Amino acid sequence: MKVRIHVSLKPGVLDPQGRAVHHALEGLGFSGVEDVRIGRLVELDVADGTTDEALDEMCRKLLANMVIENYSIEKLENA
Amino acid sequence: MRAAVITFPGSNCDRDMAVAIERISGKAPLRVWHGDASLPESLDFIALPGGFSYGDYLRCGAMAANSPIMRAIIDAAGKGVPLLGVCNGFQVLAESGLLPGALMRNAGQTFICRTVKLKVENATSMFTSRHDAGQVIDIPVAHHDGNYFADSETLDRLEGDGRVAFRYAENCNGSQRDIAGILNAGGNVLGMMPHPERAVDAAHGGTDGVALFESVFESLSVA
Repeated sequence: MKVRIHVSLKPGVLDPQGRAVHHALEGLGFSGVEDVRIGRLVELDVADGTTDEALDEMCRKLLANMVIENYSIEKLENA
Repeated sequence: MRAAVITFPGSNCDRDMAVAIERISGKAPLRVWHGDASLPESLDFIALPGGFSYGDYLRCGAMAANSPIMRAIIDAAGKGVPLLGVCNGFQVLAESGLLPGALMRNAGQTFICRTVKLKVENATSMFTSRHDAGQVIDIPVAHHDGNYFADSETLDRLEGDGRVAFRYAENCNGSQRDIAGILNAGGNVLGMMPHPERAVDAAHGGTDGVALFESVFESLSVA
């Protein structure tokens, strides 16, 4: 089973990288971009039957830093 | 005095740390590899050096925080063994949960490598007793991810409990409340982004880092 873990900065945590990219987009002439936040995508290929609890634990223990990041888990059942 | 310097794959300040410890304590520290499952017996002091452990994969310090030796280090810190983490070592301490907060990308996006002025905020800890409170010292920084972040509750607690050891006299990386180094609740774990081990020889630009090591080694001889 393929699983996508989306890791993003918590709201309120300053994202200097996102801000720099935002400036760059404006510099390229793209108007109407309100905000840019940069995160991370982790793709896992796990054994069928891997529990949600186990995936949660992977995120909390390693894949995300819960001080500054949130995560969401997207299961791609048929992938 | 039995000290140990831990080396992770990608550590690059481990030798500097070992040289500083030997110069100031008179005794060469033991060198410990990250894959070891246990620490040498009866250590008095452990140092996590700077560098780019595991290539900074995932997040700075995240992989090292989960390496075999860290379980033994967390155990030793819990028993009160003095533990110093510098730069990447600080990132490892934060990732391992031994210290609160996180080190994020510098606010200015650039790698900063220069000597900065640090204010000694707490001069009563085992790492800072040879300083005066409010003293300003010159210590080099060399990092890309030293922007200290914690929620305001945590920051208030750190400040209220005297756990901010050092602040930047001028904030170079965007750290919340200018924080450059913090202590754990027990006072035996210090994490700091600046490199005291790079400031122990006048020929290398300054000796303001000596007092930190003297403070720890003195506390050991008294204990």
